[in-house]
Amino acid sequence: MPTFVYMTRCDGCGHCVDICPSDIMHIDPTYRRALNIEPNMCWECYSCVKACPQNAIDCRGYADFAPLGHSVRVRREEEKGTISWRIKFRDGRVKDFVSPITTQPWGEKIPRLAEMARPSEEDLNSQLLWSEPDALNIDTGLPVISKNKFKQGVYY
Amino acid sequence: MGFKTVYEDCDILVVGGGMGGCGAAFEARHWARDMKIVVAEKANIDRSGAVAQGLYAINCYMGMQWDENQPEDHVRYARNDLMGIVREDLAYDMARHVDSAVHKFEEWGLPLMRDPETGHYQREGKWQIMIHGESYKPIVAEAARKSVDKIYNRIMVTHLLMDENQPNRVGGAIGFNVRTGGLHVFRAKAVIVGAGGASHIFKPRSVGEGMGRTWYAPWSSASAYALPIMVGAKMTQMENRIVLCRFKDGYGPVGAYFLHLKTYTQNAYGDEYESKWYQHTKDMVGEYIDHHPTPTCLRNHAFLQEVAAGRGPIHMVTKEAFQDPHKETVGWENFLGMTVGQAVVWASQNIDPKYINPELTTSEPYVMGSHATCSGAWASGPEDISPDEYYWGYNRMMTVEGLFGAGDALGGTAHAFSSGSFTEGRLAAKAAVKFIRDHANDKINVSDKQIEDRRKEIYKPLENYQVGRNEIVGGTVSPSYILPLHGLQRLEKIMDEYAGGIGVNYMTNEPLLKFGLEKLKILQEDLEHIGAEDLHQLQRAWELKHRAIASECVTQHTLFRKETRWPGYYYRGDHLKLDDENWHVLTLSRRDPESGEWEMEKAPVYHIVD
Repeated sequence: MPTFVYMTRCDGCGHCVDICPSDIMHIDPTYRRALNIEPNMCWECYSCVKACPQNAIDCRGYADFAPLGHSVRVRREEEKGTISWRIKFRDGRVKDFVSPITTQPWGEKIPRLAEMARPSEEDLNSQLLWSEPDALNIDTGLPVISKNKFKQGVYY
Repeated sequence: MGFKTVYEDCDILVVGGGMGGCGAAFEARHWARDMKIVVAEKANIDRSGAVAQGLYAINCYMGMQWDENQPEDHVRYARNDLMGIVREDLAYDMARHVDSAVHKFEEWGLPLMRDPETGHYQREGKWQIMIHGESYKPIVAEAARKSVDKIYNRIMVTHLLMDENQPNRVGGAIGFNVRTGGLHVFRAKAVIVGAGGASHIFKPRSVGEGMGRTWYAPWSSASAYALPIMVGAKMTQMENRIVLCRFKDGYGPVGAYFLHLKTYTQNAYGDEYESKWYQHTKDMVGEYIDHHPTPTCLRNHAFLQEVAAGRGPIHMVTKEAFQDPHKETVGWENFLGMTVGQAVVWASQNIDPKYINPELTTSEPYVMGSHATCSGAWASGPEDISPDEYYWGYNRMMTVEGLFGAGDALGGTAHAFSSGSFTEGRLAAKAAVKFIRDHANDKINVSDKQIEDRRKEIYKPLENYQVGRNEIVGGTVSPSYILPLHGLQRLEKIMDEYAGGIGVNYMTNEPLLKFGLEKLKILQEDLEHIGAEDLHQLQRAWELKHRAIASECVTQHTLFRKETRWPGYYYRGDHLKLDDENWHVLTLSRRDPESGEWEMEKAPVYHIVD
């Protein structure tokens, strides 16, 4: 379902242009509002819809196989940590869903590794990654397998 | 063209900020407090790569803390699913580290569902854990952002740069900013390719407005392969494309439906069909059909046979499961979390799976290294567990010195998925830091001539258009250039018809592949005459060039392997059986960057667990 932009809601802020993974949301030079310049390269990922502060972007199912009359609307609320969906069928039936998007205040629990304890030379030469072996939550250390168990060919 | 040039000298350059690239960017800082780490991303790392729209499951988690699976089990699973052939050292290595990444994701705020009875992560199947992953990518991107010196968004990296002081050593990468048009030259001591695999090299089922509804993201433009191929890196298993059995039109995922909701398939007349094709499949592949779980390609094979026998469409039986309100919610949220388009298709067609059993289909083929297949660059494994043939000094380093890979870029590591790609990025980053320290005296020399040559090449499509456009009144038809969409559709048609796409029911043979290679060669010549109207089309032009070179590699590999290893993914009509005697091997290719000629070879498969 390629995206489209409602003329009366878009204020041309460009959030959708910044976020679109496919580089297909652009600002129309005449109307100074966003538009989808290449609907056939739209993955319907909803990144632009979620990013739009004006709720100006919607999707209309791909014309090749999606009949008119449906809608799938979304509201992503970072401060509440939720995403809410409303699915409307062509025949008018409606389904609503709400899911969490994070369990933490946004970004706070993500470490800045430059400020964490430095690794030793020995660590660099080991097979361990940052936070290992502790973060594996096992007390037997990083698993390893003996090279002399290798067999070449079809036997297994 | 008056575009300015921006130079960036750094230690580690990460090309592509998806799951693999973000893992690399994040981890690199831990091992290199004093190094300059830079990411070059085609879109915006907050929503780039295959995980842009989110995920509803993490498909690779061992659960070693609860003794659910061990790395050996993962190796057995991935190997079995790919009919005996993966890089078991790389698979084991990823698997032994992946749990630590997942535990950190949870700590950072990614909502992982828990089984209310055991308190363990909620399993979807043996390997998958269920998540509310709408913000999976923004969370992981934030981790990368906190580690690196600089992120360049909207840079289409077109080529790797080579060091001119030493042969076969990478020296950075070059590309252009799709907003400003500026030329970006990154000189780096090590490069980690985290770019995307290949959608849109085979003709998709939807060819109109819906052509963007490919299963894999349309922005996965095979840069993961083209960049290493163009500098002469060896590639492996590029013939091992994947065909997905998915819900019709939207390509919505079926994993949770099969594994968690316990839905099942039947033909148009309500009959179970997989068992009917048992003997037929056994005649092709022998005892592989007796393995558990049944390899995915063989289940596809039964699907295709049943449809060819005139008993399609195949349906997913959802009506029973969806009577349970909890299961109904899971079924819908599964799509909303990762394939919204399927929800739209069902809403538009009034398909409520509570009352209608939806249709399934098999997709066009994709080439990738991160999902349930393992195409990609031939890379070194880790020192402690890799056989000699698989080890050359630095984990995840390709056959070009200083060039590393993660995610789709790496060959042999099937079933890594999002968490495994992130983990591979971490492994590559640590090894890259070690490489730079071991080669502290290397001075990277990228000459002005090398940069100038690339500059001309990069902007040529704009020039082609400007010149050719003056010849014609208007419109899209020119005798002097083709547009990116024209070239893409020609590529997809060639690959579809000659290399085993949907139009020929995934069938090919030696004569077809040779014709295909000839046509691809002519396409490559025409791509010198591709015309780009603006910077957006210039991006499309370079994406197409990447897809075309990756397609040539796929076709060469498909020609080389004279057997049908993965019925259901593709068939060699001239060698319709699996042939373990001659082909229980990994296939390797190398394209000579000077001559463009391909060399193929076999590499041994080592089984490191029973």
